[in-house]
Amino acid sequence: MKKKALWMLLTVFTLMVLVVAGCSNNDEANSEGEDSNSQDTTDSESAEEGSGGSSTFVFGRGADSEQLDPSKVTDGESIYVTNQIYDTLVRYEQEGTEVVPALATEWETSDDGLEWTFQLRDDVTFHDGTDFTAEDVVFNFERWTEGAEYVYYGYMFGASEENPGGIIEKVEATGDYEVTFTLSEPNAPFLNTLAMPPFGIASPDAIEEHGEDYFKNPVGTGPFIFEEWKQDDSITLSKNEDYFGETAKVDTVIFRVIPDNGARFMELQSGSIDAMNGMNPQDIQQAEDDEALQIIRRPSMNVSYMAMNTDKEGPLKDKKVRQAINLAIDKEKLLSLFEGIGKPAKNPMPPSLWGYNDNVEDYGYDVEEAKSLLAEAGYGDGMSITLYTMSNPRPYLPQPKFAAQAIQEMLKEVNIEVEIVENEWDSHLSATENGDHDMAFLGWTGDNGDPDNFLYVLLDKDNAKKGSAGNIAFYKNDELHDILKQAQTELDQEKRVGLYEEAQEIIHEDAPWFPIAHTTPPLAVKKEVQNYIPHPTGSEPFNYLELN
Amino acid sequence: MLNYIIRRLVSLIPVIIGVSIIAFSLMHLVPGDPARSILGEKATETQLEMLREELNLNDPYIVQYGNFMGKIATGDLGDSIKSKESVASEIGSRLPATIELTLFAMTIAVVIGVLAGVIAAVKQYSWFDNLSMSGALFGVSMPIFWLGLMMIWLFSVELNWLPPSGRLSNDIELTKITNLYLVDSILTLNGTAFVDAFRHLLMPGLALATIPMAIIARMTRSSMLEVMKQDYIRTANAKGLAGRLVIFQHALKNASLPVLTVIGLQFGFLLGGAVLTETIFSWPGVGRYVVDAILSRDYPVVQSTILIIAIIFVLVNLITDILYTLFDPRIKLD
Repeated sequence: MKKKALWMLLTVFTLMVLVVAGCSNNDEANSEGEDSNSQDTTDSESAEEGSGGSSTFVFGRGADSEQLDPSKVTDGESIYVTNQIYDTLVRYEQEGTEVVPALATEWETSDDGLEWTFQLRDDVTFHDGTDFTAEDVVFNFERWTEGAEYVYYGYMFGASEENPGGIIEKVEATGDYEVTFTLSEPNAPFLNTLAMPPFGIASPDAIEEHGEDYFKNPVGTGPFIFEEWKQDDSITLSKNEDYFGETAKVDTVIFRVIPDNGARFMELQSGSIDAMNGMNPQDIQQAEDDEALQIIRRPSMNVSYMAMNTDKEGPLKDKKVRQAINLAIDKEKLLSLFEGIGKPAKNPMPPSLWGYNDNVEDYGYDVEEAKSLLAEAGYGDGMSITLYTMSNPRPYLPQPKFAAQAIQEMLKEVNIEVEIVENEWDSHLSATENGDHDMAFLGWTGDNGDPDNFLYVLLDKDNAKKGSAGNIAFYKNDELHDILKQAQTELDQEKRVGLYEEAQEIIHEDAPWFPIAHTTPPLAVKKEVQNYIPHPTGSEPFNYLELN
Repeated sequence: MLNYIIRRLVSLIPVIIGVSIIAFSLMHLVPGDPARSILGEKATETQLEMLREELNLNDPYIVQYGNFMGKIATGDLGDSIKSKESVASEIGSRLPATIELTLFAMTIAVVIGVLAGVIAAVKQYSWFDNLSMSGALFGVSMPIFWLGLMMIWLFSVELNWLPPSGRLSNDIELTKITNLYLVDSILTLNGTAFVDAFRHLLMPGLALATIPMAIIARMTRSSMLEVMKQDYIRTANAKGLAGRLVIFQHALKNASLPVLTVIGLQFGFLLGGAVLTETIFSWPGVGRYVVDAILSRDYPVVQSTILIIAIIFVLVNLITDILYTLFDPRIKLD
């Protein structure tokens, strides 16, 4: 009996092993197997052991990259890595969003603003050894028009099924190292847009070789070469010795996934990582007090706001009510929920962008004034409205639920009953895009460092279509629309600044939003790390940073 | 007994169908759009629609379910919507991590739990009994994320004894065969990797073991106390058998059935993904994988993983049932 039972046990156990083994087919072998050919092992070994003289930079973060093909992703964690591997035609300067040469050395625009000609570098090779030429640029731009998965191309250039190229009519190699874009309409933010990480130029050979798996085997021209990706664990990059720009000071960069914020901070304290993002607010002070650590605050290119649905039948259609709500909320108090990482917002775009209108005066906190405005509008006896909020924190709004409750309490003072509707992120987005809300929290992180990317995207009537609204206040103002449209085609920078300043005044007066804050998300970095300069776009190449 | 096992395996089929229906409906009932989670908040409606079409998300639910089950029937778990990789290979690289952690934790839990339970029962109301049982109560009520963070703080930050997270240091080379790192390092006679993997396993293993250990200890104690009152124990003692023999041969064996049940259940739970432990200790296992998939509405991943876990759970229970016959010959499974 005993023997038989043992036998059976063995059988069942084998069965279980088979189930498990059936899952693990050879696919994982190629992701795991590659680590044997990683170069620089000696360097990384010495780096792991010693604390000084280390040439490996380990960056800890909360989530893994989704794909390492920047043209297909929107998550910051993917871009963080691809920013090291790829170059764009032009790039942002180190600390701001002004555009400087990268793969292209110079460029010119035709008088009508429709033709852009770029001179390319002739000394660049991809990490796979192939030469970079104008044809490669054409290849990449044509690839991005091939489907919906190239999110940013579609979104930035207005591509659709009928018009897959969007505003880019054609891209031609007009020389070995010269490429010419023909646009269907003048587009002032075009250059700024080309600097965005999603438009990193990839090696056509590698794309053809890897096909569907290209996103796991990225090949660019950037300061670091992709080595290995252990999913949910780490991504390893090594220095590109032949980089045409500033050669990296560290030999290896490792991005490590440490999901828990607290655990990640402890790893930083214990020294197993060199830098991290996504800190718990309560850890910031501790990091500041720590001799071995420094806090670096990323200048914000974002805004959080409470949009007021001007399209829905009800009190919020009335400008006076919206202004009253702006007056009735104590922004200073609200910002205490940001635990020191928020600056109050008065405009829809952050002050780090050119064109910011500092002359706009915020409404300020004035309950009496709010009450009298409400009375004028006929709502002195009170009203009740909904406030939609997401349940999870966002980079621009760390505690949405508490913020909603605070606003609920403050608006009680002026007889406004607020019903809070809390949804998980996806559902929150679809609800607000559909205009189900009276008021709703949302925020925006800039893409290309151009005011158009805030004002047009978030507040123009073109973007107030139900179901896909970027303008979730459904705010429609023709005067503003004309200004924003004009600014899109105006190539004179100074005139553009004037137009955007005017736009901000109109928006302030109409008050479709209660602008909340611009955040400065902190990074905690070891003191040994020098020259870590955070970029407003949310990630930066690591070729400048040094380890002492 | 063979008949019994075959019967149990056949009964897996309705379980699979039931679980798949539940998993499928739950995932589709929860609001949220996979296309949106792939393309991000900045995608246009046209882009979303194109992707939904491409992923067949516009088909009626019944068709989607049919497609999914049709693939399952041929052994194809489908492809992840998000990463486009086959779910089988993705689970395959993560399941061993979870299994290794679970086996390690359960070994700790069973050895310490049973021993503590036996001693506590034999020396009822002694200081050891009181201490270990209040310890067990403490263990059951301990939030694992808190315990985990405290362990990292103590052993990694303050004392610097153990690595805070991951499965293996980055600079250690290990040829993967089974993907159970301890086993692989033994198979390839790689001492450095074994020590490194063991050091990485220690903290998450202990953290994960706390709750099952406490439950097992309490269960063993109460079960032992009951058995110790039986006549045959008195007889065994009376005929002068050595105390240890009575306790381990006569008493523990008879007391072990309920303990075994608890062990089986706990084992199943842990395999199903020790989400919190995996999160705190950055352990790249199945638990985190499923949670991420749920958050991004990656339907095929969630559905298939839940199925696999359900099957493993059933198999673990089956093993437990077979073990009953080993410990108690009176039990007949047929």
